[in-house]
Amino acid sequence: MNEPVVQITVLVLALGSVFFTLVAAVGLIRLPDLYTRAHASSKADTLGAGFGLLAVAIAFGPSRTALKVAFLIAFVYLTNPTAAHAISRAAYDQGIEPWTKEDEEGGGETA
Amino acid sequence: MVISIESTLIGAAVAVTLLAVVVLYRVVRGPTVQDRIIAVNVLGTSTVVIIAFVAAALDKPFFLDIAIVYALLNFLLSIAAAKLTIDRGEVL
Repeated sequence: MNEPVVQITVLVLALGSVFFTLVAAVGLIRLPDLYTRAHASSKADTLGAGFGLLAVAIAFGPSRTALKVAFLIAFVYLTNPTAAHAISRAAYDQGIEPWTKEDEEGGGETA
Repeated sequence: MVISIESTLIGAAVAVTLLAVVVLYRVVRGPTVQDRIIAVNVLGTSTVVIIAFVAAALDKPFFLDIAIVYALLNFLLSIAAAKLTIDRGEVL
């Protein structure tokens, strides 16, 4: 389990996880409206979680525990975009307008 | 290698925790309810990843059961909140 190959793989995957979670956090803070934020959270954050859980699975080595982590990866990949889609659709049905280029001239954030 | 697997995983867990604190800004500030729900969803995903990192670093496999339950509750929260905010009750 403590071979250098495993160590390097876990290190690279953990760095990828932190990078994509950083991208998701920046997107969530900086993007102008709900729909663009849902885009950042559903893609970048899901990829970051996938990398992190893959690092965990490799750190545990081939076992039943790694299979459990694989189920967790599959579950996160299924549910995270579904949840973002459901929230965005509920927001659109409620009448929240998407951000357009004209809103930019007012400056700052849109409601 | 100087860096052990345990310290790598603990370091990644700390970094993801700091990013979750940054995301908390959107929960507090977010103009609409849906903004807050999406930010809480991201926080929940980060929590699942942190629990998994800690489980691997401390070599405690039963922590992963908690992570799976947390992921399920996170999904349920999003769907229930989306269903609650519209009238006709079809979100998917």
